[in-house]
Amino acid sequence: MSYLIRNVSVLGGAPVDLVVRDGVIVDSADGTEEVMDGTGLIALPGLVDLHTHLREPGREDAETVLTGSRAAALGGYTAVCAMANTNPVADTAGVVEQVWRLGREAGLVDVQPIGAVTVGLGGEKLAELGAMADSAAAVRIFSDDGMCVHDPRLMRRALEYVKAFDGVIAQHAEEPRLTQGAQMHEGDVSARLGLTGWPSVAEEAIIARDVLLAAHTGARLHVCHVSTAGSVEVIRQAKARGVRVTAEVTPHHLLLTDEAVGGSIEGTAPYDPVFKVNPPLRTAEDVEALRSGLVDGTIDVVATDHAPHAAQDKECEWAYARPGMLGLETALPIVLHTVGDALGWDGIADRMSRTPARIAGLDEHGHTPVPGSPATFTLIDPQARFTVDPAALASLSANTPYAGMELPGKVVATFLRGKRTALDGKAAA
Amino acid sequence: MIKHLLSAADLDAVTATQIHDIAAEMATVAGREVKKLPTLRGRTVVNLFYEDSTRTRTSFEVAAKRLSADVVNFSAKGSSVEKGESLKDTAWTLQAMGADAVVIRHPASGAPHRLTHWVHGSVLNAGDGTHEHPTQALLDTYTMRSRMGKVEGLNVAIVGDVLHSRVARSNALLLHTLGAKVTLVGPPTLVPPAFGSLTPSLGVSYDFDSVLPHADVVMMLRVQKERMNAAFFPSSQEYYKRYGLDSARLRRMPDHAIVMHPGPMNRGVEIAPEVADSPRSTIVEQVANGVSVRMACLYLLLGGRS
Ligand SMILES: [Zn+2]
Repeated sequence: MSYLIRNVSVLGGAPVDLVVRDGVIVDSADGTEEVMDGTGLIALPGLVDLHTHLREPGREDAETVLTGSRAAALGGYTAVCAMANTNPVADTAGVVEQVWRLGREAGLVDVQPIGAVTVGLGGEKLAELGAMADSAAAVRIFSDDGMCVHDPRLMRRALEYVKAFDGVIAQHAEEPRLTQGAQMHEGDVSARLGLTGWPSVAEEAIIARDVLLAAHTGARLHVCHVSTAGSVEVIRQAKARGVRVTAEVTPHHLLLTDEAVGGSIEGTAPYDPVFKVNPPLRTAEDVEALRSGLVDGTIDVVATDHAPHAAQDKECEWAYARPGMLGLETALPIVLHTVGDALGWDGIADRMSRTPARIAGLDEHGHTPVPGSPATFTLIDPQARFTVDPAALASLSANTPYAGMELPGKVVATFLRGKRTALDGKAAA
Repeated sequence: MIKHLLSAADLDAVTATQIHDIAAEMATVAGREVKKLPTLRGRTVVNLFYEDSTRTRTSFEVAAKRLSADVVNFSAKGSSVEKGESLKDTAWTLQAMGADAVVIRHPASGAPHRLTHWVHGSVLNAGDGTHEHPTQALLDTYTMRSRMGKVEGLNVAIVGDVLHSRVARSNALLLHTLGAKVTLVGPPTLVPPAFGSLTPSLGVSYDFDSVLPHADVVMMLRVQKERMNAAFFPSSQEYYKRYGLDSARLRRMPDHAIVMHPGPMNRGVEIAPEVADSPRSTIVEQVANGVSVRMACLYLLLGGRS
């Protein structure tokens, strides 16, 4: 199938016609194309998510590679990195290849598996990182996400080891001794609600240690879901010293604060587990620091931490609820809402496509849609607003905190190597 | 009228005083030959206890029975997750049983809030995790009113493991509403600065001795032994030395000042036996007042509606 998209603005530039043929963007139409009206639409390189939980294998009732791929395509994504904390854990070549193959079969986004750093996320023994790197899935990012690689010796070895194949260790920074029993951000709200606090320093201390280890080893470190102002500061200083560190922030940490746990958002009640995430929602000052850190480039990318959960895992007491919320279908609108003006379209393309593609080594992604580039892009209507309806999302789960919220920016269509994977709120398969 | 009693913050001064007034009337029932009022005849009150607390459960049970309600004790030891049935499923069961009120004690903070989404009846928080215990605060303030004649203007020191204490939270909130001045006292590990934001003008002190001369009420909290293992303080001896209420400290309090404790006490850990048994201690009255206050709460939550 070939397409002619008329009058579309690439990264907010002057309107042009985009012609898609044989998986790439070409110079001129030949009249055989399906014509789409792109008036008022923005074309961005297809979004790339460095942090997605797809739940397959193991929890196919919450999400599968296929349903997560649909959600991703609808959110404007063309590639997602699937976290390793599945069941079984993605800590062998066999499991990462299985996930990679399921992604290819779904055919909606490139599913790039992340391999576990340690066997079973146990934090004790390195997984076969080289075998995963050499597998068909060609794993480059390794993470025990959900758990922190907290043993400093193991973290040092992991960083050193993946240098052999230009790998990167993506760290869930959480000093476990400081977060025992933690249920939410430690502060005024946790004091009021009687929930054990997750202090900011538990994140900052690990990041500080890890950037020193990264400097010592000369290896690449990626910090997952940065959530505190202090973390932004530690990363800023490390970058100034030339440490090879990159960092991500989630849409929800750019928007929500711990006050939401106390029922501050209209239509919500205190202790609603839809707001339970790890790391937890922080304070307004943290949100401010994360936004400016993203805008000034201290934080390199926005990653969703898309974490679908079955209803019974959320409709319970706060303490027993699983942490995590959906992200893929709402990420771009939340970014537009929070930092859209400050970043501009080029900045958004950078933080949500180019840089994550570079960190993950996904060479086919992150290209501005101009003639000669892969036809891997997304079309957005920046004027359209939509109201989030959890039941209408493509994800198998409905744990979104944005239910009923009206957000700016709507993904009109997504293309992956010339295939239209989403159009007007419907995924291609 | 309020539908649920989840937090002491749900109560304004008028409602709390109304509960105290009704409790005073209810207290007279205890002195009668027939200790029963027909007020809640035909109503069903469920005691849903996920934690052992014979003292609180019995207090609610006696209160409900004195008002002629049908009482169902639904003991659900261990967490709902361990038990295999979710709180939501249990709520539906209670709904089917026609519960007009559910009195819930639960190890998870906020569980009573969650329960209100799944039952139609009133929910009374009888202690949730480390969050709140609003009827305890009502009975404590009722006790202060009985002993001191008023609550407004009192200087109340709440001493000990504030961090994990639902009694401290509820009391701090309600005492503020009723115009008392509260100072939280304990080691910084158990009285974090964030607690200062619980209400406006809440005092925080790490020096018990400096607080004593100005206190009208000293409310001691239970200190659990496992806090020592978690390094909140070095040893129970050191804790007792710095924050325990012994007779020497009792003498430093004003003559009219009283000593309170929600029980159960650790004698010799946070309070000396002779202090607990002294005439200035209200510990036994607090238990008796608990029944009257809970009768008042049930009456107010259930009596006014058809
Ligand atoms: Zn994580």
